Amino acid sequence: MDDPIITARDVSIFYGDKQAIFDVDMDILPNKVTAFIGPSGCGKSTFLRAINRMNDLIPICRMDGELRIGGQDIYAPEVDVVALRVQVGMVFQKPNPFPKSIFENVAYGLRIHKLATSRSELEDRVEWSLKSAGLWDEVADRLDQSGNSLSGGQQQRLCIARAIAVEPKVILMDEPASALDPIATAVVEELIDNLRKKYTIIIVTHSMQQAARISQRTAFFHLGNLVEFGDTKTIFTNPADERTQNYITGRIG
Amino acid sequence: MIDLGRKAGFGLTARNRAERRFQWVGRFAIGISLSFLLVMVGDIMITASGTIKRTEIALAVDLGPDRIDPADPQSASYGGLVKASLRDMFPNVTKRAEKKRLYNLVSPEAVFEVARIVAEDPGLLGGKRQIWVSASDDLDLYLRGKIDTDQPQKRRRISDAEIEWIDALQDADRLRRVLNWKFLTGGDSREPEIAGILSALVGSALSLAVCLAISFPLGIGAAIYLEEFAPANRLSDLIEVNINNLAAVPSIVFGLLGLAIFLGVMGLPRSSPLVGGMVLALMTLPTIIIAARAALKSVPPSFKEAALALGASPVQAVFHHSVPVAMPGMLTGAIVGMAQALGETAPLLMIGMVAFIVDIPTSILEPATALPVQIFLWADSPERAFTEKTAAAIIVLLIFLVSMNLVAILLRRKLETRF
Repeated sequence: MDDPIITARDVSIFYGDKQAIFDVDMDILPNKVTAFIGPSGCGKSTFLRAINRMNDLIPICRMDGELRIGGQDIYAPEVDVVALRVQVGMVFQKPNPFPKSIFENVAYGLRIHKLATSRSELEDRVEWSLKSAGLWDEVADRLDQSGNSLSGGQQQRLCIARAIAVEPKVILMDEPASALDPIATAVVEELIDNLRKKYTIIIVTHSMQQAARISQRTAFFHLGNLVEFGDTKTIFTNPADERTQNYITGRIG
Repeated sequence: MIDLGRKAGFGLTARNRAERRFQWVGRFAIGISLSFLLVMVGDIMITASGTIKRTEIALAVDLGPDRIDPADPQSASYGGLVKASLRDMFPNVTKRAEKKRLYNLVSPEAVFEVARIVAEDPGLLGGKRQIWVSASDDLDLYLRGKIDTDQPQKRRRISDAEIEWIDALQDADRLRRVLNWKFLTGGDSREPEIAGILSALVGSALSLAVCLAISFPLGIGAAIYLEEFAPANRLSDLIEVNINNLAAVPSIVFGLLGLAIFLGVMGLPRSSPLVGGMVLALMTLPTIIIAARAALKSVPPSFKEAALALGASPVQAVFHHSVPVAMPGMLTGAIVGMAQALGETAPLLMIGMVAFIVDIPTSILEPATALPVQIFLWADSPERAFTEKTAAAIIVLLIFLVSMNLVAILLRRKLETRF
C-alpha cells in the first residue's frame, strides 16, 4: 500500500468557543478518491477547508493538532499559504467562474504563478486543462466568451479545469455536483474518476450513492467526530459503527 | 366546492383597495415632484433666454488723421471718439447731465471695442467709419420690453429722453441684436452686457480636476484597504464611524480647515483652483469611501474565494477580481461626490474663490472663481440684467453636471461585468 499523502493527527477545529471538529486522525492515500459523508453540520466541509487553509479567511476559526501533506506540516509558520494552495486546488459547491472569458478563467492560475513563459505555452496548457476536464470539445470555438455563458455543469467543469491548470497534487471538492442536474452530475463524476489517475481527490458529498459510485475510501463524520473511515465497500456493506449503519440506511441524517 | 368568485371572508375588497390607493399615492408623489422640476427648469430657461442675444449700436466714429495719429493709433483718446460720435448723432443734446445720459447708451466696454477694432485693422484709419459696439444693459432691457414705460420716469432705469434716442436709433437702423457669444467666451465683468461665464467655468473645471486627482485614488485606496485588508478591531470601527460622520459635516467646516491649513500653514496661493480642489477633495473623500466600500461589499465573495483557492495572494485576489467587479459602483460614488463638489459654494468662499475674476485662469495656481460662486455673485448684483445672467449661469452649471453624469454612465456601461 502507498504511503499516505495527507496525514491528520489530533485535528480539532474551533469557531470561536464552538468546537466543530474533535481530534480527527486520518491518512489519505494518493491517487484515490476519498469521500467525506455525514449529515449537515457534521464538520466535513470544515475539515476539507482545513487542508488548503481556506479556514484562515474566517478570523474566529482556529485549529489544533497537526496536518501534514507529503510529510510537511501545512500550518508551520514558514509555510507560505500561496505555495500550499498551488499544491492543493479546490472546487466549490456552486460553480464560480470568474466574470471573464473561458480562456482567462483557466489561464488565471497560470498567469499569477508564472507557469507559462510564452503565449503559445499558455494556450497549450489551457487547452490541456480543458481537455483534462472534458470541456474542450464543447468550448474550443468560443474560448473568448464569458465563463458565465456556459451551463451549470459546464461551469463546474470549467472550475475543475481552472483548478487543474496549475497541476496541483490534491484537489478538494466541496459538494461539486450538488447544484447540478443528474446528467451534468454523471459527467462530472466520470471526470472525477478519470482525474484520480493523476490527482488525489477529496470530495465532500451529501449523496451516499455518489460516494459509493466514485470513491475508493469513505470517511463518515458525525457531530464533528470522524466515526468511521475505510474502504468505501466496507463502509457501505459492512459498517463497524452503528451510527454509520444508521446514516447509510437513512435512519439518521 | 371551490368558488373563485367568493370575496367575503378574505378581506379581499379592502386589500385590493389598499393596493390601488398606494399606487395612486405613489403616482401623485411623482407627479408633484416632476411638476416642481418642470416649473424650476422652465422658469430658469425662460429667464436665461434673455442672454442668448445682445444689442449692438452702430457708431459713426471719426478715425480721421486729426483725431488719431496714424503713426501711433494706440495713443488716441477712444473714449472721446465714442462720445463725439454719439454727440454727432444727437446734435441737440447740449446739457451736461443729458450728455452723460447719452453716453450711457453704449456700454463702457465700447471704448475698448473700438480700440481693438482699430488695432486689428489699421486700414480703417483716415475717415468716418461705421463700427458696431455693445449697447448698455438698460438699452437692451428696454428693447426687449423689460422696462415698464407706464411707470413714472423717476422709478425706472431709463428716462423719457433716453427712450426717444433709442427709438431714433432704431428708426435709423443703428441697432441690431446679435448672438451673445461673449457670454460663453468672456470673463466676469461689472457690466452685465459683457459679463461672461468662461472664467468661472474654467475655474470650476480646474478645481474639479484637482479634486478628482486627489480624492479618487485616495478614496478608492482607503476603501479597498478598509473593506478587504484592515483587521476587524476597535480602531477600524472608530475610523468607520468617523468617515460616516465626516460625510455629514457641513461643507463650510472643510472650508475653514482649508483656510487654516492650506492657506495659513502651507501658504498655498489664495483663491487658486489648487486650494479649491483640495478643499473639495476633503469634502468628497467620505462620500467616495462609503460608496466604494458598499460597491466592494456587494461583490460576490465566491470570486475572491476562487482566486485565493487557486493560490492568488490576497492583494491579487482583491485587485484582479473584487476591484474590477466593484469599479462601476466606485465610479458612481466618485461621480456623486464630484457632482456635490461642483455645486459647492461655502468652502470656496472660505478660501477666497469668491473674488471678482475677469481673466480666464490658465493654471491651477492663478486666482479663479467657480460656477456656483459666480451664480452667487451675480444673483447678488443690483443690475436687472444680471438676473438673466444668473439664470444662464445656472444652465451652464446644469449642463456641466449632466455631461459629467453622462460620462459616468458611459464609463459604467463599458466597465460593467455581468455574473
